[in-house]
Order: sequence, then C-alpha cells, then structure tokens
Amino acid sequence: MTPHVELKNHQRERYLFSLRLIFCLGFVGVLLAILVARTFYLQVWKHDYFDTMAESNRIFVVPIVPNRGVITDRNGVVLARNYAGYTLEVTPDKVPDLNATIDEIGKLVEIKPKDLRRFKKLMSERRSLQTLPVKTRLTDEELARFATQLYRFPGVEIKARLFREYPLSETTSHLLGYIGRINQQELDELEKQDLAANYMGSDYIGKTGIEQRYEKEMHGVTGMEQIEVDAGGRAVRMLSRTPPQSGKELKLTLDAGLQEVAEQAFGDYRGAMVAIDPTNGEILSFVSKPGYDPNLFIDGIDTESWDALNNSPDVPLNNRALRGQYPPGSTIKPFMALAGQHYEARAPGFSISDPGYYMLPGSSHQYRDWKTGGHGKVDLFTSIVVSCDTYYYGLATELGIDRMHEYLQQFGFGKRTGIDLEGEVSGLLPSSEWKMKRYQQIWYPGDTVSAGIGQGYNLVTPLQLAFATATLANDGVAYQPHLVKEIQHAPEEQQAATEPLFDLQIPAEHLKLVKGAMQAVVKPGGTAVGAFWGVEYPVAGKTGTAQVIGVKQGEKYDADKVSEYNRDHAWFIAFAPADKPRIALAVLAENGGHGGSTAAPIARKVLDYYLLGKKPKPMQKVVEKAGAEDD
Amino acid sequence: MNLRLLRQRFMLHLDPILLSGLGALLLVSLLVLYSASGGNEMRVLGQLGNIAIGFVALWIVANMPLHWLMRIAVPIYVLGMLMLVGVALFGEISHGARRWLNLGFMNFQPSELMKVAVPLMMAWYFEKHEATLTMKNYVIATLLLLMPVALILRQPDLGTSILIAASGFYVLFLAGLSWRVIGGLLVTAAASAPFLWNMLHDYQRHRILMLFDPSQDALGKGYHTIQGMIAVGSGGLLGKGYMQGTQTHLDFLPERTTDFIFAVYSEEFGFVGNLFLLGLFAFVIGRGFMITANASTYFTRLMAGSITLTFFTYAFVNMGMVSGILPVVGVPLPLVSYGGTSMLTLLLGFGVLMSIHTHQRLVKT
Repeated sequence: MTPHVELKNHQRERYLFSLRLIFCLGFVGVLLAILVARTFYLQVWKHDYFDTMAESNRIFVVPIVPNRGVITDRNGVVLARNYAGYTLEVTPDKVPDLNATIDEIGKLVEIKPKDLRRFKKLMSERRSLQTLPVKTRLTDEELARFATQLYRFPGVEIKARLFREYPLSETTSHLLGYIGRINQQELDELEKQDLAANYMGSDYIGKTGIEQRYEKEMHGVTGMEQIEVDAGGRAVRMLSRTPPQSGKELKLTLDAGLQEVAEQAFGDYRGAMVAIDPTNGEILSFVSKPGYDPNLFIDGIDTESWDALNNSPDVPLNNRALRGQYPPGSTIKPFMALAGQHYEARAPGFSISDPGYYMLPGSSHQYRDWKTGGHGKVDLFTSIVVSCDTYYYGLATELGIDRMHEYLQQFGFGKRTGIDLEGEVSGLLPSSEWKMKRYQQIWYPGDTVSAGIGQGYNLVTPLQLAFATATLANDGVAYQPHLVKEIQHAPEEQQAATEPLFDLQIPAEHLKLVKGAMQAVVKPGGTAVGAFWGVEYPVAGKTGTAQVIGVKQGEKYDADKVSEYNRDHAWFIAFAPADKPRIALAVLAENGGHGGSTAAPIARKVLDYYLLGKKPKPMQKVVEKAGAEDD
Repeated sequence: MNLRLLRQRFMLHLDPILLSGLGALLLVSLLVLYSASGGNEMRVLGQLGNIAIGFVALWIVANMPLHWLMRIAVPIYVLGMLMLVGVALFGEISHGARRWLNLGFMNFQPSELMKVAVPLMMAWYFEKHEATLTMKNYVIATLLLLMPVALILRQPDLGTSILIAASGFYVLFLAGLSWRVIGGLLVTAAASAPFLWNMLHDYQRHRILMLFDPSQDALGKGYHTIQGMIAVGSGGLLGKGYMQGTQTHLDFLPERTTDFIFAVYSEEFGFVGNLFLLGLFAFVIGRGFMITANASTYFTRLMAGSITLTFFTYAFVNMGMVSGILPVVGVPLPLVSYGGTSMLTLLLGFGVLMSIHTHQRLVKT
C-alpha cells in the first residue's frame, strides 16, 4: 500500500461518499414532502370530514322525551294522564345469561309470573339494544333495595319514567284506545314519514283509538341535550339543551259521567251506544261493551291476559260502536217514513189494513208482521208507533230498492261517518247495482220487502245509526260527528266544523209527522212505553229488533229456544228533548231481544242523567268523584 | 477563571447551530407535553429531567476526542450483544415482550444501547478496512448488523429492530455498498414476499392487512390510528388552539405523551404548526448533513451520516404512523415524545455529531 494509491483511493472514496450523501439528501427531501402532502390532505383537504368525526366523538345527543298530552272529557275530568314511576329494565344484548340475571333480580324484588310472561312476549318482538321492563312500578322499598345492588347487574338499570294511565279503565277503553311499546313495523313507518328523530327517546306510541288518531298532537316534540363526553363515555359538560315541547292536551267532547252511566246501564249486556249532540256533532258518549283494561297494554300485555281477551266469546276487543255491523231492524222505519213522504208514495192520511202478513203480488210467500194477527188499520203515524212491519213491506215494494238507497244514503247509511277514530267500517245500504256487483245477481222483489224493515242485506254501525238519528233530530241538518273538542285549549277546527255537513231540506210537515210518531212510541200504545213511564221531558224514540238467525216459514221465533248468542239484537234510537233536541243516541243490546224491553231502558237512564242529572244508584268512578276532582 | 472563559470552555465542543435546532424541538416538546398530559407539570418536569440527563451525556460525548469513540466501539458492541443474549435468556417480561434486563438497581433495555453501538461498531469496522474494502467486508458488516437485529426482533420489538436495521443500513449505504447488491436485495425481497405471505398464519396476515387498513378493526388495534388521524385532520389549517384539542383532552387519543404526541401537536397547531415542526426537523437534519459532509475521516463520515439519517427515520416513521401512511409500530417522535431512554440515546447521538464537528475544526485550525 503506497501513499500515492491511498490518496487516490481517498479522493475517489470521498467523491463516492458525496454522491451517496446527495442521494440521501434527496431521499429525505422526498419523504418530508410526502409528510407535508399527507398532513395537507388530512388537515386541509379532508378537514371537514375529520372535524365531523371529532365532533361526533365528543358530542353525545341525549333525547329528552316530551310529556304526552293529557286527555280530559268536556268538563275537565281526566281520562288519560301520566305519572312518574320507576321501572327495572334489562338490555338483553348486554346481559350474558338472561335467565340467571332475572332469577337473581327476583331474589331482590318480586317478579310476578305476569311480569315474566310479559317480558317473554316483549323479548320476541324487541328491537336490538332495546331495553325491556322486567318489573314496572317499583315500590319505594323495592327501589331502595335494588339500587344498592345495582352494580351486580350489568345491563340492568332503574329508569324513571312517565307512565300512561287510564283512570276510567274499561269505561273509556274503546274510545281512548291505548299506547304501547313501539314495534319494528311502527318504527319503519316513522322512518318513512321522517319522524324517527322525534321518537329517538320515545318507547310508546298510540296503538288504537284517540291515542292513535291524535298521536301527532299528543306526542310532543322531543328535546335534546348535547353533552360533551370523554372517550370513556363520561359526561364532561352540557353543551346545549333544547327543551322538549310537551304534547298537546286533548279535551274531548265526551261527558265522562254520561259515559259511565251508559256503560253501567248496559248491565251484563254486550252492545254499544253512541250519543251525539245533534246541534254540533259532538259525541257525548261512546260505549262498546264489554270493554277491557287498556292499562294492561301499555307495557306489553302478558300472553295469558291477551289470550283471555282475544278468545272470549264476548269479543271485548271489538269496538262495536265503530266496527260492529248489525241490521238496523225497525229503527229504519222513521227514515223509511220520510222516504215515503218524499217520493209521495204515502200520504199521511192513507192507511192500510194489516192482516199480520204481507204477500208480494202473484206470490203466496207470507212476510210476517212481528204481531200475529196484525195491527188492523194502520196509517203512516201509527206504523211508527206500533212498528207495523206489513206497512213497510208494502212501502218498500212501492218505492223500490234503488229509491230507498238514494234516499237513505243521504242520512249516512252505507258509508263511514268520518269520525276521528281509525278503523271505522261503512255498514251496508244495498241497491240493485250493489247486488249485481257483489253477487252477480239481479235484485229480487223479495229482497226489497225485508229491506223495508231494516233486515236483509242492511247493516249499520251504532255510530252510523246515532248519526242518522241526530240528523233527523236536527231537522235534516247534519254536523260532523267528532270526539275532540279542543286541542291545547284551542277549538279543534278540522273536526268541529261550525258549518253543517249537509242540510237535507226535509219539509217541516214530513218531520212533524215522523217526530210526532216517535214521541208517541214512548207513550201508551207505543212500543217503548214501559221504559219511558213517567218521563219528565218530551222524548222521541224508535225501537228495533235485529234478527241474528232467520226464522223458517211457518215457524215462530222463541227466544227461550235459541241459544244466547243467536237471540235477536235489541235497538233503540232516541232524541230529547223532542222539541229542541240536545242529545240523540242509538243503543244496541246484543242478543237483547226486544228493543223496547232491553235497549230502551238503557236509553232512558242515559237521557235521565244527561237532561235531569239523575244518577243511577251504584256510581263509583266519575260521577261520585266529579265534585272532588280538582285537576 | 472568569465567566467568559468558563463559557468558552463549556461551549468549546458544542455546535451552536445544531444546538439551537435541538433546543427549539425540546421547547416544543415541553409545550406539547404540558397540553398532552392535561396540564400536568410533573410530566413537564420529568421531561426536563430527561433533557438534563441527556444533555450531560451530550456534553460529555461532544468533548470526547474522536479516537476515544473508535476505542470504545468494540467493547460497547460486545457488551451490548452479551446483554441482548442475557435478555433472551433471563430477561424480564413486560407487556408480553422480553426486553428488560434487571440490573438490581434498575431495569435496563439493552436494545437502546445498540441504537448507538451498532452503527459505531460498523463505522469502526469500515474505518479499519477502509483501504481494502471487498465484498467480504460488507458481508461481515451486515452480519454485525443482523445479529443484534435478529435478537431484538425476537423479543419482540419491531420498532427498535427496524430503527437499528435502518441505522446499520445507512452505514452500509454510505460506505458504498454497490447499487447492484442493493438492487439485488430489493428484487429478492419482492420476489420472496408472496412466498413468505403463504407461510404466515391467518391471524398474522390479518394483522398485517390491518396495519394498512385500520378501519377493518376500528374498535381494536385500528382505533389508535383512526383516532390519531381524526386528531390530525380535525386540527385544520390553524389548529384548535393550545390546550383546546378535543381528541387530546377528552382521552380519545391513546399514548398522547409518547407515540401519538404528533397528533396532539397537529390537533392544536394545525397544518401551519406542522410546517413549522417539519421545518425544525429539516433544519436539524440539514445541519447533520453539513457536519457529515465536512467530516474528515471515513469513520466520522459514516457515523455522522448514520446518526443524521436515523434521526430522520425516527421522525418520519412516527409522523407517518400517526398520520396513517405507515403501520403502527411503537416509535416515539424523537426529542418531542416523553421518555428518558430515547432522549438519552438521541442526545448521545447528537453529542457524537458535535464531537465530530468540533474536534476536526480544532484539527483544521
């Protein structure tokens, strides 16, 4: 190794090293540029995106559930209210062994078999991460006992909630309906309507009745609390708070006292009654018997109670006033009498001689009158008072089904009244056109005969008949039947139209005759005299009997031989005071037999209470407490 | 002895330019640590202590004549290797890795020592064979590198082994390892990748994939990366303001004072702050390159180049990892993250740089 060579090597090596160093410098420069580009991308280009993510990291939105609107009757009697209470709730997704947990809870607080059954039912229809109540309405003692042990139960929490309560229970069940836990289908529907955000914290939704129809008004607007949380989910501070807006208070047109009187007047009868103020369409009473306890449904009904309600032969869940369809029977006669005069088929002075049956020309088939042997000489007035079937067989034949249809449909038969409840059915007012469409059959003269006395194909709901009666009572001027009087102290304008729905322009003398005859119905010689003996106000009424099973030619109907559920339905329609009606009603007693003996007494009690303030003896809930009620 | 003389004597072997760059980075560190720890003065004081110790080491090393460094290269390397073997046999296990050696009075992490010892040893080796470098010398130098790297990888400590491998590779590269060999190595690595991939277990493959796509495991391992990126991105152009970072102060960021301190800084000072910080790093690295370029001997050039490039590698790997372009390996941000050992190692390295710079300056004059 000579110094010369070493020096040369040294220079060359230094040169090579410099090249390498420059390369490194470039390498460092490129990587630094990449870092600058990357931070630019994150901090400037995608800033909004990451800013949103950072905000959603730290901001937690807690919904504040609004108080549901209270429902009162027209006098301020509370029909649906909220009360604060504690529930024990489980989030099944967060509990490793559900059964063991519930057993453990059961050692601390009593879990009734009913609670367990309800819980199982809720489990089967729950949404994911939903909390389900194991035990509602904890007592103070249970609350204290469980609170100290809560740490042992992950996924179990005590929640303070507002509970819905229906103080009148079954008395108002079919009218108010009930709220219940929101199911998946309802959730989907809310999402479709863009309302899901407003239900973020809500567990309940109106399922039937007023609760369902006025859900939007009563639910209120959900409030929000924006809370800053740390990574562990602990609240650090509150950022903002939008208070919830309570749901609106509903004041119904209903008279709770009247409702209770009516319900009790039914005694053990199944049936329905609707009472309307004919001057404005306000529904004063809306009864469907039997009712049910709506409070059972709020937190999910247990299977046993559900089966009991659902399988009962009395069908307590069926809203008979709204959805029950029955032949109107003889209650159709006052309307037929108006039709007869309208088409000038019957002059008031004209009378027939009733042998107790009617035969179509050229036929030997006898259409029997309810009274064997007949009523003798019968004119239009008498035909209503004694409810002569033969008279109307003839009248109907003379009018023909299509004119009957044309006239009667004006009173709202065969179509929905448009009451503010969901699920109303339309009844059936037949016509030849309808029969052809429905059965591809022509209309037979015999069909008309039975239609004349409200049998045959005719079907009405108690609500429809009450509406028609109110229209008649108010001289043909009809108002929309409705249940809600005020929403949050403001008159409900959509339903309570100040303008009449329609005016039938019935000539005064036609009305005078029919109304006079209806007043005679409750007087000696009339079909409802027994029920209205000694009545202190002028009242107009009409009895009716709706056949459940047909009676064969040559046989006689005998109530004792027919099983209870096949007996005739009893109808009574009425309005009072007859000269200036303030109330019109229709009463149906299912399988009650004769209208005069079962339905009319119910109507009497209702009218006595409404017009005179007479209280039947055992009044428990509203009527007795009405004085003490101060909210 | 008057004060001026004392100051002169003290500053004699320090490089004021490099020192000012280091000082600025250390000030940033103290500032960010205070925020990252949620206003905890103890963390700041602790870091000040780390800096003090590191600075003493820097001063001592800077004042060491270069031939001393040459002399201690082999003993330190041998000692380090012995300790690594010791760790493998009797090491303390913590967090699932065997990295620490219990010395009775303290737990010592020999891999930290190797961060300095490996390039020192390799530079010493190349200096020794400077005149007669053949392929054999490169192979031996590579073995000197791979032995400690393999032992550290087995601990396992991926981050440290990558950094040591990088520091050794820089020595090889600067020592003139031929491009053909480098190219050959790259081709071999690329070619064997699919083969190696097939040899991996499913869970290992999953982990590797996860490194490149953290959203696949957003609540598990990917959580750190995602939260880091959110912190950086939400900082925006100007940042959320000092002590105002929500990701930082509401605990969303993991490892705030150590591996993810860059996210804290980015969140609070924004893109403009990042440009400043990258500028500081570039300044220090630039000064390192100048010292390297001016170094007089083969040994010092290799040492200075390796130290400078390794420092840059630390910074790049950390910032790349936090901003989501590199997989998460536990590498702190040099001089900024909290930590005594890494501070000591880094300042020791800068001490070597200063020694190289000042001793040859004395030689020249």
